[in-house]
Amino acid sequence: MTKAAELAKMGEVLTNSQIGGRRNIVINGGMQVAQRSSSAVTGIGASDGYFTCDRWNFNTNGNSAGRLTMSQASDGPSGFANCLKLECTTADTSIAAAERFFIEQKLEGQDVQQLKKGTSDAEKITISFYVKGHDSATYTVGLYEGTSGRKIAATFPVTTSWVRQTVTFDGDTSGVIPDNNTAQLHLRFYLHAGSNYTSGTLGTSWNADGNTTQISSDGNSFFESTSATFFLTGVQLEVGSQATPFEHRSFGEELALCQRYYQQSYAHGTVAGTATNTNRVIRFVDATQSYAGHWIAFKTEMRVAATGTPYSPGTGTVNKIRSDSADHPAVFGQSATHGMHAYANNSSIGTSNGLNLHYKADAEL
Amino acid sequence: MENTITFTTVKYITLKGGSENISIYFETDGGESGFAPFDSANRHYQAILEWVAEGNTIAEAD
Repeated sequence: MTKAAELAKMGEVLTNSQIGGRRNIVINGGMQVAQRSSSAVTGIGASDGYFTCDRWNFNTNGNSAGRLTMSQASDGPSGFANCLKLECTTADTSIAAAERFFIEQKLEGQDVQQLKKGTSDAEKITISFYVKGHDSATYTVGLYEGTSGRKIAATFPVTTSWVRQTVTFDGDTSGVIPDNNTAQLHLRFYLHAGSNYTSGTLGTSWNADGNTTQISSDGNSFFESTSATFFLTGVQLEVGSQATPFEHRSFGEELALCQRYYQQSYAHGTVAGTATNTNRVIRFVDATQSYAGHWIAFKTEMRVAATGTPYSPGTGTVNKIRSDSADHPAVFGQSATHGMHAYANNSSIGTSNGLNLHYKADAEL
Repeated sequence: MENTITFTTVKYITLKGGSENISIYFETDGGESGFAPFDSANRHYQAILEWVAEGNTIAEAD
């Protein structure tokens, strides 16, 4: 790049107010945080869910036979210690019309107001990310805005080497995003789709055309063979027309941001249901009780009152709380954004027992 | 709603076996379970309400 071009780019960045802190709207774009599992999770494909790297949701419909393994891998590009890795384990080359899967991050409406979507001042949006695969391929990246159903997309190439891809979308003067704590803007990487989503011409400008223009018909299917892989990291979504360098945040910062949506008592990366006393919640019961419990104060304020799931530290059994030597039925009762109440459900805990518990709390979008 | 959850069990939980419903216990065909609060922005409670709107009924507490 010539000096003049560099200066022009810098000027554009300054004009767009892209210099300054907190540029990246995406959480855990560097894939550092994987509270639920830092190990590979196998057999993914039948159900939606959050499996490894926090905030990154696997979304499927149409009952594809394809299956994959998802993991937080250390095979990142220079400057990135982690990435999200997908490996196809069951191929699906007979793609039914309704099949689709994508990896997405959902963003709260109150966190994307700076995009000015739905106004005459709507800002351009630039998405950048590092990606590689097992072979050359083409996939679709897009934004979907839930309230108005408007969307926009573009294709991107994947090679066997890490490459930073950049896509800039125009601002959208239609479809105001509500200023609230619900899922409003969805950043999606579409990796498999049937004709219900590909039969139209890809909608590369903001539209509300429905599903058929959502995904490129020229794209590959991740499920095309069991040798398929897809690696992703360094995901950034920012206001403006230029991709600025990836905004690296500390692990602690990213973890706290992720814990607004999900947190667990287990150590980072330990699968809920593991039999372990490490990081358990414990208190002592001084007199026999049938409803002995814990009030669990969350590590950070959660998005909404959380769904709680209790586990016995001693055996890893779900819906159990543990005294010194036995599991007891457990429930989560009142839940709030700042904590929740777990207790033994009409099961006698004797005097001088410990009351041991692991939990996960889910306030995901 | 673009996330789909298929419930296999949905029932109320009452406070200390009393009459006050304090959460809803659920299990899904994906092997997930939990106690959902009555919070209209909680994704599990939203999915349960949609499930009820489809004609299903939340079981009374044990």
